[in-house]
Amino acid sequence: MSLWEYANPVRFMRLTDRVLPWLTAATVFFLLFGLIWGFFFTPDDYRQGSTVKIIFLHVPAAMMAINAWIMMLVASLIWLVRRHHVSALAAKAAAPVGITMTLIALFTGMVWGQPMWGTWWAWDPRLTSFMILFVFYLGYMALWAAIEDPDTAADLTAILCLVGSVFALLSRYAVNFWNQGLHQGASLSMDRAEHVDSAFSTPLYFSMLGFALFFVTLVLLRTRTEIRARRIMALMARERLE
Amino acid sequence: MIALLRRDLALALRSGGGFGLSLAFFLIVVMFVPFGIGPDRATLAGIAPGILWIGALLACLLSLDRIFQLDFEDGTLDLLATSPLPLEGIVAMKALAHWLTTGLPLALAAPVLGFLLNLPEGAYGWLFLSLLAGTPALSFLGAFGAALTVGLKRGGLLLSLLVLPLYIPTLIFGAQTVVLAADQMANQTAFLILLAISLLSLAIVPFAAARALSVNLR
Repeated sequence: MSLWEYANPVRFMRLTDRVLPWLTAATVFFLLFGLIWGFFFTPDDYRQGSTVKIIFLHVPAAMMAINAWIMMLVASLIWLVRRHHVSALAAKAAAPVGITMTLIALFTGMVWGQPMWGTWWAWDPRLTSFMILFVFYLGYMALWAAIEDPDTAADLTAILCLVGSVFALLSRYAVNFWNQGLHQGASLSMDRAEHVDSAFSTPLYFSMLGFALFFVTLVLLRTRTEIRARRIMALMARERLE
Repeated sequence: MIALLRRDLALALRSGGGFGLSLAFFLIVVMFVPFGIGPDRATLAGIAPGILWIGALLACLLSLDRIFQLDFEDGTLDLLATSPLPLEGIVAMKALAHWLTTGLPLALAAPVLGFLLNLPEGAYGWLFLSLLAGTPALSFLGAFGAALTVGLKRGGLLLSLLVLPLYIPTLIFGAQTVVLAADQMANQTAFLILLAISLLSLAIVPFAAARALSVNLR
């Protein structure tokens, strides 16, 4: 019994079919719990007022935007090394979710930045990095969409993901060199002084867990759709042969 | 390998296509900036380093799809791939030929165009040096993008979308080198990192591009 067993599409479908209802329920529970607690049962910040509550959307979305790319990187590597189709399809399925998370993080950041920093947008390193992440997602998805043969597309996007990761990381540090930022440091940290108050951090953890589950659920669902689409393609190809 | 390089150089020089065109494009972009911004010399001096770098970068982008496209269409690439030469070497030579016919002339022309934008004194040498150091990265990353899109019918626009994000670090450090020189500040750090990025691209990109090419030739 190993993890690789689920690289078999049939096994993967059987497992996800059983797991998905539970995952969906857990997602709904944690998301609602974290967000409702965050929005209605936390005090207003003494300086930021109620805008502080955007943190419950902003931080988890930003976290998942980055993690989605890392997941795509791992899935691409698995595809290149072991050539499991489910892995390639999971990477493809994760990209639109990741880009949406990036957009949510950018948008909520702008909504928060307008009253707090007095501007919708500043060329701050973190903001710029997210903009860059956004274009990397765009390129990755455009390449998937442009190539017809699914295996060629999987190979080329996987290579792009690897090279892109290197340069996305480079860009992230390059923008630090290029401009000093407005953005505050980490909200959650082992360092007490930097850490937000526990009145905020506890619901934030729930919200983050909810977003992570949300991401996993969506990716599994989309991977199932991709596998089904692939199956239809194979069936149609077979029909044409007969 | 040398023969391949000479062949590519001869083709680029004699077919008349990309070689002069990217230089002309660079000139036009630089000429357009005062039209858009206004002819105020102080304003132009402030934005000159960035404009010159962006102009060179875009001019470099123009000829990227030629790196593999023509050879792919007439089958030369298949022959090259079956030759004893490793595919990585072919990619490296093609990128080098692209750099010699595009990056190097752009680096040479940039200081001249700097006069048009009233580039501050003392930045001319650094503009040349930074383009000299940075354009190899542009050519090699561009070869990677060209290798990814070589099998596509209309890959040009997609190629830009894929390659431009990869250019971000090069652009930042390249332009910063010149900006800092124009402001008479220490720019060694930026320049050295720019060199490092170029060397990194030289080291890793041929392998990725060769892999992409072999997928496309499959």
